[in-house]
Amino acid sequence: MLDSANTAQRVEEILNDHKGMEGALLPILHAVQAEFGHVPQESLPIIAKALNLSRAEVHGVMSFYHDFRAAPAGRHVVKLCRAESCQSMGADRVAGHARQALGLDWHETSADGRVTLEPVFCLGLCACGPAAIVDGKLHGRLDEAKVDAILRDLDLGGAK
Amino acid sequence: MKIYLPLDSAAVALGADEIAEAIRAEAAARGVTVELIRNGSRGMVWLEPMAEVDTPEGRLAFGPMNLADVPGLFGDLAAHPKAHGLTAALPWMVAQTRLTFARVGLIDPLSLADYRAHGGYAGLTRTLTMDAPAMVAEVTASGLRGRGGAGFPTGIKWKTVSEAKADRKYIVCNADEGDSATFADRMLMEGDPFTLIEGMTIAGLACGATKGFVYIRSEYPIAIDIMTKAVALARAEGLLGASVMGSGKAFDMEIRTGAGAYVCGEETSLLNSLEGKRGTVRAKPPLPALEGFLGKPTVVNNVISLASIPVIFEKGAEFYKGFGLGRSRGTIPLQIAGNVKHGGLYEIAFGLTLGEIVEKIAGGTASGRPVKAVQVGGPLGAYFPRALFDTPFGYEEFAGKDGLIGHAGLTVFDDGADMLKMARFAMEFCAIESCGKCTPCRIGAVRGVETVDRIARGDAAAIPLLTDLCATMKAGSLCALGGFTPYPVLSALTHFPDDFHAQKEAAE
Repeated sequence: MLDSANTAQRVEEILNDHKGMEGALLPILHAVQAEFGHVPQESLPIIAKALNLSRAEVHGVMSFYHDFRAAPAGRHVVKLCRAESCQSMGADRVAGHARQALGLDWHETSADGRVTLEPVFCLGLCACGPAAIVDGKLHGRLDEAKVDAILRDLDLGGAK
Repeated sequence: MKIYLPLDSAAVALGADEIAEAIRAEAAARGVTVELIRNGSRGMVWLEPMAEVDTPEGRLAFGPMNLADVPGLFGDLAAHPKAHGLTAALPWMVAQTRLTFARVGLIDPLSLADYRAHGGYAGLTRTLTMDAPAMVAEVTASGLRGRGGAGFPTGIKWKTVSEAKADRKYIVCNADEGDSATFADRMLMEGDPFTLIEGMTIAGLACGATKGFVYIRSEYPIAIDIMTKAVALARAEGLLGASVMGSGKAFDMEIRTGAGAYVCGEETSLLNSLEGKRGTVRAKPPLPALEGFLGKPTVVNNVISLASIPVIFEKGAEFYKGFGLGRSRGTIPLQIAGNVKHGGLYEIAFGLTLGEIVEKIAGGTASGRPVKAVQVGGPLGAYFPRALFDTPFGYEEFAGKDGLIGHAGLTVFDDGADMLKMARFAMEFCAIESCGKCTPCRIGAVRGVETVDRIARGDAAAIPLLTDLCATMKAGSLCALGGFTPYPVLSALTHFPDDFHAQKEAAE
């Protein structure tokens, strides 16, 4: 965990890397999140000052997009596709199984901070659904057994 | 020995990386030298991961590959349990007209030498002897229309930007392909990134723009990676930069990553997002062609539109225009998805009927059950029943049946689908993804979910309310998100009324 002086210094470095870029706010927020795992509250005024924006504007942008997190996610992030093509292949059923196996509903993080469950709307894997992205790794043709295997690999249990 | 194995997201999601590792390990154990090329996908997703072994007769296809199938690639190929024969002779490949996707799956996506050997940069080379109006005229003559969904004539858009006076102009590629059932943009960027780069460069030269952006959704990590590498390679070879191919004309580009907002696939939201703002929709006019990125004239084109440009310049507008029907000219990469036996990407001239696509090409459902509905054009597209299977695939033809072809994605559902549930999902999705700028979309979608729930509880009086709400959303929304969400909702209601009445009868 970094202290706030270190956070500020790192954010300044990121801002420096993006100097002169047209429309730099999204790339900056992506870089800050890649660094800290979320967009720390204390980074917002620093970013705002550098881009000559108000803090509210930066907050408004950050909170508009599903990708940016105000708080860290669990150590593992399981995103299951909920879009139509995956639904046609049983995504609702498979998601129901995953929610039960993890004991989590959408957007929840386990109490021990090990895993976050999120919906995603399309990974472009529509001809091999149901699909998921788990810690950045893509999965297709999911069923209950495959979900269990993925969760076991992450040491997250999986259904009995 | 040369083996091809896709790096395409679909192949990777089905284990291609593990198969690649196993091929290398097996080769090492046998002391065989293998050149393993990670290519784009040939589009037969049901065969992925699909390995191809290069032979003097051509490439032989094997798939779907499991780890246990790897050693067999080093033995008697004809006896391999997953052997399908020559890839080029497979029925799926033979019947296609691959213009935009000609190179996808054939070449090493990051090899410029490969790209050039297969006709790459022939189009751009030709443009170097043309002036801007002639280039724009060529695109207009080809009949190319925006492949992102709206179907606006690309040449007309380019003409507006080309003739606009400004100190800077931009080419923005919309690669925020968020519609379920669509993956053509992804496959093109992963399998043949230089085609998009060449298409954008031609757009830049034709319109007098010196800078391009590709806005790729964050859900496509592999496409982002390949595009980023390809841009660096093109720049290193002078194909991008201060003097494109030594012409003295400048064009360079940047890859940008979206942040999970579906609405940013709408062009004005995308421009706001690119500028570092909330991805809210802008009212039109002003058109982005006159006041786009940072207020400057901007071409916003879909990946497939731009990627179709090189072949138009390589082979000529007349050649491209020779394909298609009515006012839908050229080819369209169909993306066949959902509950289908044979899903994937199939590029063909416009004009096949929906039934031919679903029954013949896709081979019916994966589950083996009857087809109930096909959603064409993503979450904002209508659900088509079997009764409309004679509709030919074209912009006007689908509009005539209260639908749209959108980005040409098709999701097939078997008879297990509950169309009331799908209508509810359409409203729910709109509520989640609405940018919030206009009321019919922001509030209407929430009310839509509630109204569908009332119908589900057996309240038939809510049906006219839903129809009325859809009319308001259609007429009053600023963009296609609120304006087109009524398509799936009303088509489900119109074509599958039983699904909206069953609950009531059960309650009575």
